[in-house]
Amino acid sequence: MIPTSTPPAAGASRGASGRVGPATPTITREVLRSPRVRPAHVIFWAAVAVLAIITLAAVFAPWVAPYDPDAVDLMAFYAPPSPQHWLGTDGLGRDTLSRIIWGGRTALLGPLLVVVASTVVGILLGLLAGWRGGPVDAVLGRVFDVLFAFPSLLIAIMAVALFGKGLVAPVIAMSIAYAPFVARLTRSLVISERSRPYVSAYRVQGFGGSWIAMRRVLPNVSPIVGAQSTLNFGYVLAELAALSFLGLGVQPPTADWGSMINEAQAGMVGGHFLPAIAPAVAVVITVVAVNIIGEELSDRIGGGVPA
Amino acid sequence: MLGRLGSLLLTLFLASLLVFFSRFLVPGDPVRFLLRGRKPSPEAVAQVREQFGLDLPAWQQYVRWLGGILHGDWGRSLQYRQDVTTVIGDRLPVTLILVVMSALMIAIIGIAAGIVAAVNRGKVLDRAILILLTVLAAIPSFVGSIVLIAVFAVQLGWFPSFGSGQGFWDTVYHLVLPSLALTIVFVVLIGKVTRSSMVDQFGREHVEVAASRGLARIPLIRRHVFRNSIGPILTVSGLLVAGLLVASSIVESAFGIAGMGSLLVQSVDRLDFPVVQAIIMFVVTAFVVVNAIVDLLEPWVDPRAAAGEAAR
Repeated sequence: MIPTSTPPAAGASRGASGRVGPATPTITREVLRSPRVRPAHVIFWAAVAVLAIITLAAVFAPWVAPYDPDAVDLMAFYAPPSPQHWLGTDGLGRDTLSRIIWGGRTALLGPLLVVVASTVVGILLGLLAGWRGGPVDAVLGRVFDVLFAFPSLLIAIMAVALFGKGLVAPVIAMSIAYAPFVARLTRSLVISERSRPYVSAYRVQGFGGSWIAMRRVLPNVSPIVGAQSTLNFGYVLAELAALSFLGLGVQPPTADWGSMINEAQAGMVGGHFLPAIAPAVAVVITVVAVNIIGEELSDRIGGGVPA
Repeated sequence: MLGRLGSLLLTLFLASLLVFFSRFLVPGDPVRFLLRGRKPSPEAVAQVREQFGLDLPAWQQYVRWLGGILHGDWGRSLQYRQDVTTVIGDRLPVTLILVVMSALMIAIIGIAAGIVAAVNRGKVLDRAILILLTVLAAIPSFVGSIVLIAVFAVQLGWFPSFGSGQGFWDTVYHLVLPSLALTIVFVVLIGKVTRSSMVDQFGREHVEVAASRGLARIPLIRRHVFRNSIGPILTVSGLLVAGLLVASSIVESAFGIAGMGSLLVQSVDRLDFPVVQAIIMFVVTAFVVVNAIVDLLEPWVDPRAAAGEAAR
């Protein structure tokens, strides 16, 4: 998690073996290499375990959740935690734990779509800009500059203003907002890759420019970019949850961490904190876990990469 | 200098195209889009047609809109039936106070944490500060807001949980918790950049030379280490302002503050497109201009940049 914790040996071995030729197998092996017992590794695997539990619970929500997320228990408004309701109930008597488990679905799916879409689009545009250079690069660079002036949450809010509430428009909008960051990193990597001997070697053998770019440069660059992109997951999760909290994303009564906090805020003045705090804790735990994993991955795969 | 100004104006021009023509992405009749959720009475339809010049070709609509913005006519709010400038102007001061308070707290706490961490680099205190900053950065401002409301407003009753108060000092008092919520997420930006640029300076020759000629520790840190770290801190501050302006919409909504951020959310909610368009353009302009100012200040704090030498 802290950049200095990577042993120099790992960086050196990557430099020697991970660069020339298709690098994926080496990198996969390196990521999965057996961990030495160090605090950073314990924290990393703990984060993986936490994220796995949250993801599995969300995927298998119908079987895992003790109650229907929308079922109302008329005997228990704002019930405190009990054996029946582990995290208590909200102001409508709905089981908070079940709603958190169900709410994990939208909370995780949205950022996943944004990260995948922005990474794919960003890598292709970055490859185009870095490989072709010249006017293509200049035009794309100007487009990215303009998009950088729009903070991602602002673009998401704008999308809602245009296309209405829900998650579809914000997810598309945020994919566009995050793609330039991915593209800029890809571009800088591609430019340094372009001048490497292996590229000239392929050229001398008569391979076409686009073949080298897509088949040889892209596989070398994409693991590093992909690892960096995982770091966006936490930001996107927090921003989409914020959108639902503002009442512009997932709409109540659908269970979502952001909209749950929105609905529960009214009860806080009366001292009913748990229905709001529980989903908030879920957001923070997930973001922390994702960030730890993302930083460790980008450390192992792309440590020392100039962003 | 002129090139930078030109680049700034070009970016703003392209951004204005994006903000204006985004409306044309919505399929269907623009009148129906602009009057969603309202009674499309003949008068309302005529008024919207007139206000947006919907009978004109698209580029003329844009020229009219941009000309209006440059002359201080930002259109009329559909919800308040007032000029957009009036609606935003009423709410802007609170947001600016919130942003300034948060920026001050972030600067003071972030720089202090960064200095302490850098001076103790590699030690337990350094690691503790880094971990704390990382954890705080994972607390989104809406989560920070509700936790602060629960603890300091409801449980302890030290601060109000709602509204922005009357008069300047009361407003400041009402904005303490909201600023704190913003500080929690954003302090990491300043804290980490302060630490890393200072650690970088500690390893430089000029610092070692200054130390070896017996310069005392405090002046050494102040004059040789921290002073050279101001540049990177300033650069990050530009990003910070944009982040704060956008995040203010979350915090203002959580604390029920009638500022520009909550106005943006409310206008999206109530389908008041002219206000949404104006606020987005305002925030983007503020972001671009602040970053340009930061760029201009750079050579002033770091003469090497002015001399055309690489800062590193």
